[in-house]
Amino acid sequence: MPQRDDIALDATDRALINALQGGFPLCDEPYRAVGESLGLSESEVIARLAALLERRVLTRFGPLYQIEKLGGAFVLAALKVPEERFDEVAAAVNALPEVAHNYRREHAFNMWFVLATETPEGIAAAIEKIESDTGLTVFAFPKEREYFVELKLDAG
Amino acid sequence: MPDETDRRLILATQAGLPLVPRPWQALADMLGIAPQEVKARLAAMLATGAIRRIGAVPNHYALGYRFNGMTVWDVDDADVDRLGRQVGALPFVSHCYRRPRHLPDWPYNLFAMVHAKSREAALAQVERIAALLGSACRAHDVLFSSRILKKTGLRLAE
Repeated sequence: MPQRDDIALDATDRALINALQGGFPLCDEPYRAVGESLGLSESEVIARLAALLERRVLTRFGPLYQIEKLGGAFVLAALKVPEERFDEVAAAVNALPEVAHNYRREHAFNMWFVLATETPEGIAAAIEKIESDTGLTVFAFPKEREYFVELKLDAG
Repeated sequence: MPDETDRRLILATQAGLPLVPRPWQALADMLGIAPQEVKARLAAMLATGAIRRIGAVPNHYALGYRFNGMTVWDVDDADVDRLGRQVGALPFVSHCYRRPRHLPDWPYNLFAMVHAKSREAALAQVERIAALLGSACRAHDVLFSSRILKKTGLRLAE
């Protein structure tokens, strides 16, 4: 996947991204409400949001579910992938629908991914599948305690 | 636990909200329930934390945050909760967790994500965490992400 780090955003896009990282209102016409706070029409909010999603400046827009509160499980895991096998292993890992994110990181543990499953038992099954598909050991890092989670990036 | 209607609502929204003037009405039409019920169910899931927030997830790189570091720390188990709360309170830390060690390869039990537009800025954040932990920290490392291999978020099976 190419890294899209050269995308030009105008001031309106940036204000919209900042506004949309907060709470989206549960009123009848929420895009109109967001637009009013920014001086934009409802149709411009929708068109800009669609374009930002299309250009992958935003990876998604909607409810961010905390699967553990819904009876599911969410586990960070890592692999030490031999460099010459990296792309092949990434394809095998990414093929699992349980893999929500996957990042390359510069370390002996060079592939880090998050497994999200509807039941806690689903995690073990996904780990077994990855181990049998790749022949590599999965190191699981389940959350033992959460101290803080709130990702908001200033779009400038 | 989500009931069947919640589950259908999650399935209908996990890829994103409808980009139409009345999105709750559009979801209600899809699910065959009233728009008030869509709003009430979303509000209830926000209240329990089953939905963290309704919002946009930016691609870090597209916003210029090219230096996304997973900082990891080996802190005494007796101190990790107190220190974890302090590290999590730093304004530039987006996620902070206690996780298991995998000895001998992985001695770290405290994880904190930092995001910056330059390597220098990211390393300055790491130094601030190191200063906060002081002698309570035996070792640390920073793992910068160099490629997004996948980023889809949660997907329940249909």
